[in-house]
Amino acid sequence: MSETTEKVRKTLARRYRAEKRFKAFGIGSIAVGLMALVLLFTDIIGKGHSAFVEHEIQLPITFDAEVLDISNPRDEDELNYGNYQGVIRDALAERFPSVEGRQDTRALNQLVSTGAGYALRDMLREDPSLLGETRTLWLLADDDVDLFLKANEKQREDSRLNAKQQAWVDELEASGETRVVFNQSLFSYGDSREPEQAGILGAILGSLFTMIVTLVLSFPIGVAAAVYLEEFAPKNKFTDFIEVNINNLAAVPSIIFGLLGLAVIIGLFGLPRSVPLVGGIVLTLMTLPTIIISSRAAIKAVPPSIRQAALGLGASKMQVVLHHVLPLALPGMLTGAIIGMAQALGETAPLLMIGMVAFIVDLPAGPLDAATVLPVQIYLWADSPEQSFEALASAAIMVLLAFLITMNTLAVVLRKRLERRW
Amino acid sequence: MQTGNLLLLLVVMVAGAYYLGHRRSYALARPLGGIRHLHSLPFYFAMRSAMWCAIPAMVVLALWLAFDDSIIRQQVLASLPQQLQPTDASSYNLTLSKIQNVASGALPVSFVEPPIAAAAEHLKSLRQTSAMALTVVVIVLCMFGGAWAWLKVSPQLRARQQVERVLQTIFMLCATVAILTTVGIVLSVLFESIRFFGRVPVTDFLFGLQWSPQTALRADQVASGGAFGAVPLFMGTLLISAIALLVAVPVGLMSAIYLAEYASNRVRTVAKPALEVLAGVPTVVYGFFAALTVAPFIRGLGESIGLNVASESALAAGLVMGIMIIPFVSSLADDVITAVPQAMRDGSLGLGATKSETIKKVVFPAALPGIMGGILLAASRAIGETMIVVMAAGLAANLTANPLEAVTTITVQIVTLLTGDQEFDSAKTLAAFALGLMLFITTLVMNIFALHIVKKYREQYD
Repeated sequence: MSETTEKVRKTLARRYRAEKRFKAFGIGSIAVGLMALVLLFTDIIGKGHSAFVEHEIQLPITFDAEVLDISNPRDEDELNYGNYQGVIRDALAERFPSVEGRQDTRALNQLVSTGAGYALRDMLREDPSLLGETRTLWLLADDDVDLFLKANEKQREDSRLNAKQQAWVDELEASGETRVVFNQSLFSYGDSREPEQAGILGAILGSLFTMIVTLVLSFPIGVAAAVYLEEFAPKNKFTDFIEVNINNLAAVPSIIFGLLGLAVIIGLFGLPRSVPLVGGIVLTLMTLPTIIISSRAAIKAVPPSIRQAALGLGASKMQVVLHHVLPLALPGMLTGAIIGMAQALGETAPLLMIGMVAFIVDLPAGPLDAATVLPVQIYLWADSPEQSFEALASAAIMVLLAFLITMNTLAVVLRKRLERRW
Repeated sequence: MQTGNLLLLLVVMVAGAYYLGHRRSYALARPLGGIRHLHSLPFYFAMRSAMWCAIPAMVVLALWLAFDDSIIRQQVLASLPQQLQPTDASSYNLTLSKIQNVASGALPVSFVEPPIAAAAEHLKSLRQTSAMALTVVVIVLCMFGGAWAWLKVSPQLRARQQVERVLQTIFMLCATVAILTTVGIVLSVLFESIRFFGRVPVTDFLFGLQWSPQTALRADQVASGGAFGAVPLFMGTLLISAIALLVAVPVGLMSAIYLAEYASNRVRTVAKPALEVLAGVPTVVYGFFAALTVAPFIRGLGESIGLNVASESALAAGLVMGIMIIPFVSSLADDVITAVPQAMRDGSLGLGATKSETIKKVVFPAALPGIMGGILLAASRAIGETMIVVMAAGLAANLTANPLEAVTTITVQIVTLLTGDQEFDSAKTLAAFALGLMLFITTLVMNIFALHIVKKYREQYD
């Protein structure tokens, strides 16, 4: 055995150990990445799942004309100014006759959400004959009561309810006068200061209008730009300059696009703040590079033989592009557009700059109404000090992620189904 | 007429022009013996009519809508008497919004001076006139354009060439949107930054150690000028980005090496997309995770071993940002590692090196420039990242290198300075644009440098 072999033998065990260690590092790194992913999702689902349900309290409500101060239930004005809180207060006082004193009464009245009054008004509007009748109804509980009922024994100690309120709620719970229902308001209202009445419909609509504007602007412009650069552009300095610009824009931080929107679209052109139209324009500028780059890739994938065949049959260059290249490249372009849209849907920072961060209760009816979008709504709720909003923010994240997953799956399916191999 | 209705009318008229052009080309072709005898297909004659109908009207409409409001505003303000003329920018905005509120009915006429009420009336009538004039101009342009094109239809007309040239020009204009966007970004941040540097010297901004942008309401207040030294922000940004890279570079790189060199095909097809999901999660979700889960956890951990951790520590924001950029590092590194020719690996393995030795001594050095480029791209991403730091990092500008303390970043300050109600040209809002300029320049330089490295490296093996 030579000296070298001897040397190698000696170090072999150490080298194999190093090999194993290196491989373990690799597996460890992937595990860290996947762990982070799992942690993120479990954390959000763990925090958010409870926001999809809410608690209601059963109370016998008397639609007393005197307390309500309503004489004609068909009169819209009287209906709107009716004293519904009074009826609820009376019902609560009747349920807990032992409660006395201003402070305790007020604490008792806090058990039911202020939104319950609107539910009563809507019922009375539907059925005016209810006036003077007594019905046993389920009323929306206040968010602190809701949190208390959702919490386990240990968490209940930190509840914001005081000891008496806790006792009342315990009593209601024990006698089956509370129930869990699906949180409908989450999907049917806009933002609210009261967590139990806050919903994401306003934000979803805002996102929808913003996305429509983005799609309508960015897809045609992106495809046209890609067609020009791939099929028509002469090789010169100008074309190179366009390409450099596109590549750089793809890496510019999104917040810079917000500054552009603020200074140019709002400042110079005088469009209003906080509207989906401006948001859509800003997101268009931001997603355009993505769409152009993927559209170019799709156009490049169309084999030159098809172009040559069409040219040989006498088609003009434009006819070749419009009649043959574009239809064949369309699936690839669509996938790129969907991925770009998914990116835009999750974007927050540039929209903060153009003022889509306002507290907006009303549902937007079009791209020129002040609105907020889903990610901004999440940001607003996550920043809110009230604990119930944390669950709402998580629920909104779950909805947002569901949209994103759907869009990305659609892109993958589209690519698989429509992609042609030449 | 409202703009929406006008647009609808425009669409109808363009469709009409298309139809009429189509009909006329057929009518002209029939006595000649069919459309064979036309220079172009009837489609092109129709398209030409539609374009003549649409394009001039659209151009005028767009220009009009972009500039009518500012022109009207100036006219209204010019009509005000001398003593009500605004002297500076803030009183300009105030007067203007007063007039607009009166005009829209939000402010009763009795609440304001008579000249303002008159100006509001003036504004209303000017707006009406403008809308009327716009409607008339657009419709007339539409009709004249369409009629002109319709009259011009003849069998010899080179309609296809003309339509194709216009289409190609439109395509080119779409491609120049990218240039316009860049120019717009540069001009908007540069213009506002120059105004900012007119008030605060550049050297104070770049080298000042004190950041407290509260400008006072009164001139005699303490620190009435505000302090705009951006060094604490640069340091905070660097600190958080450095933490992020400390997480992302080793994890991302090792994942890429494992996936490219060791993993079986099955593991690769599962693990790679799973890691890339991390890149698709919106940043606001990471911000939520950092602010409400990671930060309290780190704070609790620090307390249990007797360390005082700020609840908005740089560590929490940096860690989560690191998780976010793992896929950027790993997919870029994966690309360059797989681009290293197999012959180099075979040579090393043939000489008796183990696989890890081959990777460390042959593949990694060969891929190093590309990997550096990828890391630079990830770093520029980390510097420009906004939502994670807005939600999880602090607002106070501390000049510290301690990751357990709260620091603030450039992007956080841009957001704080620009959200909320304030006048558009105070030093505070202008400072946000100056910060934006810094951010833009930094990321631009890093990107160009990174792309240059990646490109240069790729050329070596192709």
